[in-house]
Amino acid sequence: MMLIKGKAWKYGDNVNTDVIFPGKYTYTLREPEEIAAHALEDLDPTFAGSVQPDDIVVGGRNWGCGSSREQAATCLKWSGVGAIIATSFARIFYRNAINQGLPAIACPEAVAAIQPGDTVMIDLAAGTIECPAGMYTFEPFPPSVQAILADGGLISHLKRAANE
Amino acid sequence: MGRTFAEKVLAKKAGLGTVRPGQVIDAAPDIILSHDNTAAIRQIFGELGVPKVKYPDRLAIFLDHAVPAPSTRHAQNHAEIRRFVAEQGIDHFFEVGRGICHQVLCEEGLARPGSLILGADSHTPHAGALGAFGAGIGRSEVAALWATGTLWLRVPESIKITLTGQLGEWVSAKDLALHIIGTLSADGGTYASVEFHGSGVETLSMESRFVLPNMMAEMGVKNAWVRPDDMTLNWLDGRVNTPIDLDETMPDPDAAYMAEHTFDLASIEPQIAKPHTVDNVVPLSEVRGTPVDQAFLGTCTNGRLEDIALAALVIEGRQVAPGTRLLVIPASAQVLQDALQAGYIETLLSAGAVLGTPGCGPCMGNHMGVPAPGEVTISTANRNFKGRMGTPESEIYLASPAVVAASAVAGLITHPADL
Repeated sequence: MMLIKGKAWKYGDNVNTDVIFPGKYTYTLREPEEIAAHALEDLDPTFAGSVQPDDIVVGGRNWGCGSSREQAATCLKWSGVGAIIATSFARIFYRNAINQGLPAIACPEAVAAIQPGDTVMIDLAAGTIECPAGMYTFEPFPPSVQAILADGGLISHLKRAANE
Repeated sequence: MGRTFAEKVLAKKAGLGTVRPGQVIDAAPDIILSHDNTAAIRQIFGELGVPKVKYPDRLAIFLDHAVPAPSTRHAQNHAEIRRFVAEQGIDHFFEVGRGICHQVLCEEGLARPGSLILGADSHTPHAGALGAFGAGIGRSEVAALWATGTLWLRVPESIKITLTGQLGEWVSAKDLALHIIGTLSADGGTYASVEFHGSGVETLSMESRFVLPNMMAEMGVKNAWVRPDDMTLNWLDGRVNTPIDLDETMPDPDAAYMAEHTFDLASIEPQIAKPHTVDNVVPLSEVRGTPVDQAFLGTCTNGRLEDIALAALVIEGRQVAPGTRLLVIPASAQVLQDALQAGYIETLLSAGAVLGTPGCGPCMGNHMGVPAPGEVTISTANRNFKGRMGTPESEIYLASPAVVAASAVAGLITHPADL
C-alpha cells in the first residue's frame, strides 16, 4: 500500500466527473465490475479495457470537478488504479478518493514531468514520486488520512475503529 | 482578529471556541441530505454493521433525480429508499414529484442562517442563500454521518465578493453567476468559502439569491453564503418557527479573507457558458444566432417561480419555433402550483412548451428530455460538461431563463430584447 508502481495514464485540466463516470449510470449501476467498466468512458474509451492493476492516473488542474458522485473515485479504484496524481483536485473528488482508500496526490512538478505510458513509482510514506524524468516530492498525508488509506477507506476504517 | 462566516459556524458545530483556516475539526451537521443516491448509501451503511441511524431527525431524503421512475431499475432504487425511510423512522422524506432536494430543503424550513447542511450532492452550497453553510460530500461520508453524527471537515479559507449596483433589464442573477465564474475560473474558489456582501445583494430577490451559492459549486467552492437580511427573515417567516439569531454567524468586519473581489451588477450583460465547461463564458452577443434544438427551463439553479414568470413574460403571445422544443420543469410542486395559479403554465403550454414532473429532469442525463447526438441544448442548468445530458456528442449552452425562453421562440440563441 505504501509503495505503488504502475503505468501512467495522462490527461488534461478540469477533467470533470461526468467524463470520469457518466451521470446516466449513477442510480442503476452498483456492482464494482459494472462501475469499473464505464471508467473514463467519455474521456478515454480505451481506458477501461486496458488499465492494469496499480496503474496511475495523472491529471492537470481541478481534477474531478463537478458532481459529488463517489463513483468517479470508485470506478478508478475498482479498475485497479493505484493512485491519482494531479496538479490540483476538486474538493469533493479529493475527499471521495481518500475515503475509498485511493491516494490522491497533488504534485504539479510530477504532473509536468510524467509522460503517458511512463512507469511511475510512488512512496506514500516518504512522499516521493519517481518517473523516468526524475524524482519529485510531495508532503506525506497527515496521520489521520494515512490511517484511512491504510485501512482501505473510510468505511473499513470506521469498522476497524468500532471493533477496537 | 475577526472571524469569517465559515470560522463562526464551524466552531459552533464542532463545539469549539475558535477555529482557524486549515484546522481539521469534527463537525455535527444539522441536516444530512441525500436523494436517489440514498439506496446506494444504505448499502454502504449496511457494511458498517450499525443497525440504526444515530439521529434520524437530522436526515432529509428527497426523490428527485429520476422521477417518476423511468425504468424498473430506477423504481427498485426508489422502493429500496422507501423501505429504509420506514425502517429508520425518517420524517423528512419527500416523495417523487415534491421537487428538487435543494429547493425543497429550503421551502420546508430545513435550512436557516447558521445551520450546517452536509449533502451527497455537489450543489448543497445552495442553502447558503439563506445564510446556512452547505457543503457537498460523498456517499461513504453520508453513511458515516448516519452512523456517528459527525464528520471531519477542514476549516476553509474565505473569499469575499462584494456586489454593488443593480442588474439591468433582462439581466439576472444567472448572468451575474456566470460572469463571476468566467472571471475567476472553474477552480477559482477551490476549497474556499465564498461570502457575498454589499448593497448589490439587497437589490436581489430571494429567488435570485438562490442562484449564487448554487452556481458557486461550479467554481469549486466548499460553500457559499449570501448575507442574510430582512428579506431572508421574511422568506423564512412561516417556514422556520423558532427564533433566528442573525448576528451569531455574521462575519466580523475585520475578518481575514484570502481574496476579495467586487462586481458591479449594472455593468453585466446577458452571459452564456459555451460547451463544454461552465467557465467558458462569453457575452450573449458572441454566440447570438446559434441554432438550438432544445431549450430547457428548470433545475435547482433556475426552476423557481421568478424564472418561470420571466419565461412566460418573454413567450406570452408567441410560439416556440418550429423544429425547437421547450421543456419546462418546475423546481418543486409548490413552484408548479404557484405557476399554475398565476397563469404562467398556461402561457407556456399555449406557446408549445412541454411540462415535466418537478425534479432534476434531464440535467444530468438521467431522465426524460435528453438530447440526441448532434443536437444543441440551451439550458438554465448549472453544468454543460461533455456527456452531461447523456451523450458526449451533444452541446449544452448555459443561460438565464429569459434568454432560454427567447431562444426557444427564435430557434436560435437570442436576446429577449431582440424578439
